[in-house]
Amino acid sequence: MTVTEKLEALQHLHDQLNQTRNEPAAISITAELEEQLHQLQNETFVNCSAWDKVQLARHPKRPNAMTYIQAMFTDFIELHGDRQSKDDPSMITGLAFFMGRPVTIVAQAKGRDMQENILRNFGMNGPEGYRKSLRIMKQAEKFNRPIITFIDTPGAYPGITAEEKGQGEAIARNLLEMSTLQVPIIAIVIGEGGSGGALALSVCDRIYMLEHAVYSILSPEGFATILWKDSKRAQEAAELMKMTAQDLKELGFADTVIPEPIEGIQFNPYALISLLSSQLQKDLTILDKLRKERLVALRYQRYRKFGETSEKQRWFLTKENSR
Amino acid sequence: MEKAFIFRKEKIASFQKWRNKLVHSQKNELPDGLYQKCDKCGQLLESEKFRENALTCYHCGHHTPISAAARIQLWSDPFSFVEHDAKLASRNPLNFPGYTEKVREYQEKTQSLDAVICGEATIDEHRVILCVMDNRFMMGSMGSVVGEKITRSIELATRKELPLIISCTSGGARMQEGILSLMQMAKTSAALARHSEKNLLYIAVLTHPTTGGVTASFAMLGDIILAEPDALIGFAGKRVIEQTIRQTLPEDFQSSTFQLEHGFIDAIVERTAQKKKLATLLALHKKVQL
Repeated sequence: MTVTEKLEALQHLHDQLNQTRNEPAAISITAELEEQLHQLQNETFVNCSAWDKVQLARHPKRPNAMTYIQAMFTDFIELHGDRQSKDDPSMITGLAFFMGRPVTIVAQAKGRDMQENILRNFGMNGPEGYRKSLRIMKQAEKFNRPIITFIDTPGAYPGITAEEKGQGEAIARNLLEMSTLQVPIIAIVIGEGGSGGALALSVCDRIYMLEHAVYSILSPEGFATILWKDSKRAQEAAELMKMTAQDLKELGFADTVIPEPIEGIQFNPYALISLLSSQLQKDLTILDKLRKERLVALRYQRYRKFGETSEKQRWFLTKENSR
Repeated sequence: MEKAFIFRKEKIASFQKWRNKLVHSQKNELPDGLYQKCDKCGQLLESEKFRENALTCYHCGHHTPISAAARIQLWSDPFSFVEHDAKLASRNPLNFPGYTEKVREYQEKTQSLDAVICGEATIDEHRVILCVMDNRFMMGSMGSVVGEKITRSIELATRKELPLIISCTSGGARMQEGILSLMQMAKTSAALARHSEKNLLYIAVLTHPTTGGVTASFAMLGDIILAEPDALIGFAGKRVIEQTIRQTLPEDFQSSTFQLEHGFIDAIVERTAQKKKLATLLALHKKVQL
């Protein structure tokens, strides 16, 4: 059974349970259904492979950034436009209160249905989106507000206009500027973190990943296509790529993995909000105490440490050759 | 006595430089023979003349890709290049099957440990930190080693207050090192921010091809960005775009002229004129003591 089928089956069981729960005569059926539900939940969310996680992270029913923004913050005001050419709807930026303090929010948004997805371009940002996010983040620095970013994108949009407007430059500029912003930045990976498009919002002081979120250098399909010229081997690629939240925590990329509810985040999106909020509050208090130079220096160190290399003598090359 | 000592020391130093150089320049990209054929126009070229012309066709101006070592020789003053971090090599951090062997294969083929050579040199007597990428090594992809070497060079340039020149050519981030390759983009960009904060000059030279993760990090962050003619410069690959929009792309899409038209590079400079241009730019940015 694929993940989509499992989720459909879960939905079906939930519906059935809702019906039977109200009928006292159907107690035995309810118990049986609940047993089935638990088993299926275990199968879907506990013992899942990397490929299953990719499917879960991409699932259209998974809560998108807007769900979290509405649940975690109050008085959210959306701000639009990059002040250069256009407004990119796939990037949501704005201001809100978090536990009574003003924060800046930058979020990549996927749609929940086809219509919204077309508007939001399936969460794929163009250069205007990145420039908009940079404008809002610079503004946050000016008014000394912490920045919270939500990451959920298959990658930066590969299109003609995106290239003409300098997709690469827009991402590069974000990386450079974010590394020196003098306010705390916290990134939360809520679904799929794809390649440079996701990285453009992840130069930060803390990265949280939800339990079933993934983050990778490119999609497993793309990986399989390039490496083995066969996109059907994506499943195999996903296992090798070390793209799950747990693997990334081990590699030192993610700081905290936020556990998702056992009944599935699709069916209960609000279960982890309190956990996420308290973690955010905790880290913000720590980061608030740091001097600005220290904050920036620590952020530099965070990225500086990546890069495992070994020292090799060069003579081994010539030696090989002489044989 | 002292004089003799110094003389000997100098002799050893120059010998070491020469030896360093030898390792890089052993391999001449050109096959033996008196004549070559241009890849583009197909005309016959005299090897000697072709080589003197920095591997650009003297009929149609086509730029044949050259190795990092050849480019260093082309740009820097004779015997001025001193390599740094020459011994860094990949460690296969994700234990990706087959990666170690693949790297090894390329190391033997190209006679260098990874896809970039970094060091200090002088260009017309101007001291610079020079990083040159080589696309014969796994398409010049950026993994931990490339990222680390370039970051170390940027940090060195910041510490020594020297200008920095990076010659970019890359297929993107190296897939086999997964997320760690992606982190190199953030790492190099952050290092460049520090370099820039000290008001130091960074010139990026984009050669064929510059795509993916390198475009989305240090390649596009130069104070001055130069490009070679006929170079492919862009973020997403052509095939990916064609699959997304389901139509074929125009011929000159993502070429250096395309980038010049859209305002993302400062100038297109032919290979034979590059050294002079770089030297002039360096001279223009020289700190004048009033």
